[in-house]
Amino acid sequence: MMEIIGIWMAALLTLCILSFLYKDNPFYKFAEHLFVGLSAAYWAVYYYFNILYPNLIQPLFGHGQLLLIIPLVLGIMMVMRLFPKVGWVSRWPLAFIVGSYSGYNLITYLQSNALEQVRATLVPFIQIESWKSLFTNPGVMTFLNAIAAPVVVVGVTTGVIYFFFSKEHKGVFGGFARIGVWFLMIAFGASFGYTVMARISLLIGRMYFMLHNWLHLI
Amino acid sequence: MNIAGRLEKIDRRIIFLLTLLAVVIPLLLPIGFEIKVSEPVQKFYEAIEALPPGSKVLVSSEYDPATMPEVYPMNQALARHCFKKDLKIIGMGLWPQGIPLNQASMEQGAEEYGKEYGVDYVNLGYKAGGIVVISAVAENMPNTFPLDYAGRPIEEFEIMEGIRNFDNIDLIISLSAGDPGVRHWVMIAQGRYGKKVAGGVTAVSAPAFYPYLNAGQLQGLIGGMKGAAEYETLLGATGTASRGMDAQSIAHGLIIFLILFANFFYLLGKRRKK
Repeated sequence: MMEIIGIWMAALLTLCILSFLYKDNPFYKFAEHLFVGLSAAYWAVYYYFNILYPNLIQPLFGHGQLLLIIPLVLGIMMVMRLFPKVGWVSRWPLAFIVGSYSGYNLITYLQSNALEQVRATLVPFIQIESWKSLFTNPGVMTFLNAIAAPVVVVGVTTGVIYFFFSKEHKGVFGGFARIGVWFLMIAFGASFGYTVMARISLLIGRMYFMLHNWLHLI
Repeated sequence: MNIAGRLEKIDRRIIFLLTLLAVVIPLLLPIGFEIKVSEPVQKFYEAIEALPPGSKVLVSSEYDPATMPEVYPMNQALARHCFKKDLKIIGMGLWPQGIPLNQASMEQGAEEYGKEYGVDYVNLGYKAGGIVVISAVAENMPNTFPLDYAGRPIEEFEIMEGIRNFDNIDLIISLSAGDPGVRHWVMIAQGRYGKKVAGGVTAVSAPAFYPYLNAGQLQGLIGGMKGAAEYETLLGATGTASRGMDAQSIAHGLIIFLILFANFFYLLGKRRKK
């Protein structure tokens, strides 16, 4: 019974939200406010019972782990942000977070997102095996495999040239920068295509719920 | 007013209605377009296929109900695949709302393949901290997660016997809809500990992960509902992602048509003004 009530509520609230596509209306406003209120309550309860209580309150006051006084004090300092007169106090815990997080991330980020990516770009311009496979088995996929390495190398090089602003983009240099722009545009287009796909997927998910779980039409 | 002028002033609700029809009609009347498997999904599938029975797979769920249509089908198919191959799943998550979704996927797969909680799979639950949690798990898993998602001590479970850190994990899979997620697993688990990592991500974020795949930092990648449908195809099972592919194709066709149509009349109008 509870499941049926849940499905009906979800379906009706979905309709309320989608009604905004026609025009703003009280049903949409109701669903929107309900969502905001419920989310706030859900996260407040969740954070207390899953983060604050097991990680701070229980070990500090229950098991006497006094070292946790430090994060407690930093946490209280952070809340000072709510009081304009002493708001500056919150900068200290914020500085602690930013400093420790960047220190922690710096090397790992550099390794995974810079050095590894540079290494992946340092590939033979002509990959003999791919070209052999293109000649023995001609096709779209083998052709794309054969040109993959040059495309990566040319794309990265010209893309970097486009972002080099210390020299005016004229002549040969400007030509390379222009090729870089083309690569960037294609990348943005692919990214936008993926975004459209994601949004349509969400609509499909909701419509599947309405037609399958609620109306039992499919 | 000419046709280009009229089209410029078209009520956007007509486009909404067309999009709705393009999604609903194929769901009601499936066409059955062929689903071709792409290389990143094939690699993901092969990464799991390569594991011998009894291997331990860490599945971290970093998504929430808002991205369920894209990531949940991957989670379901992944659980089925692992249980079919007699692999053990250790579930955890860096997003709190992903925990029950991962649990539901594992329960569903366990029911189909007769697997038992605590023996064949376990759910360690959520821990706040993102990248720091990954590092902690890498060093000492029982210390980081002393209890499972329901508050039971993990020593009770047979699957956790001998599990200390990343050395005892054969493959790490992150199903993510944002940060913390696949990126952080690559940074810590792959970058620092040299573990094999594969990912399932939403379509919006998929392009950002292709460089990792190209560099060999990711073993495989499933991107969005389309990727999930390809994975289902490889497993020979029809899930919610495969069922949505006809609607996805028709809706994409409509959008392509609208873009071309609008640009054609825009350019035509511009030429006439000259």
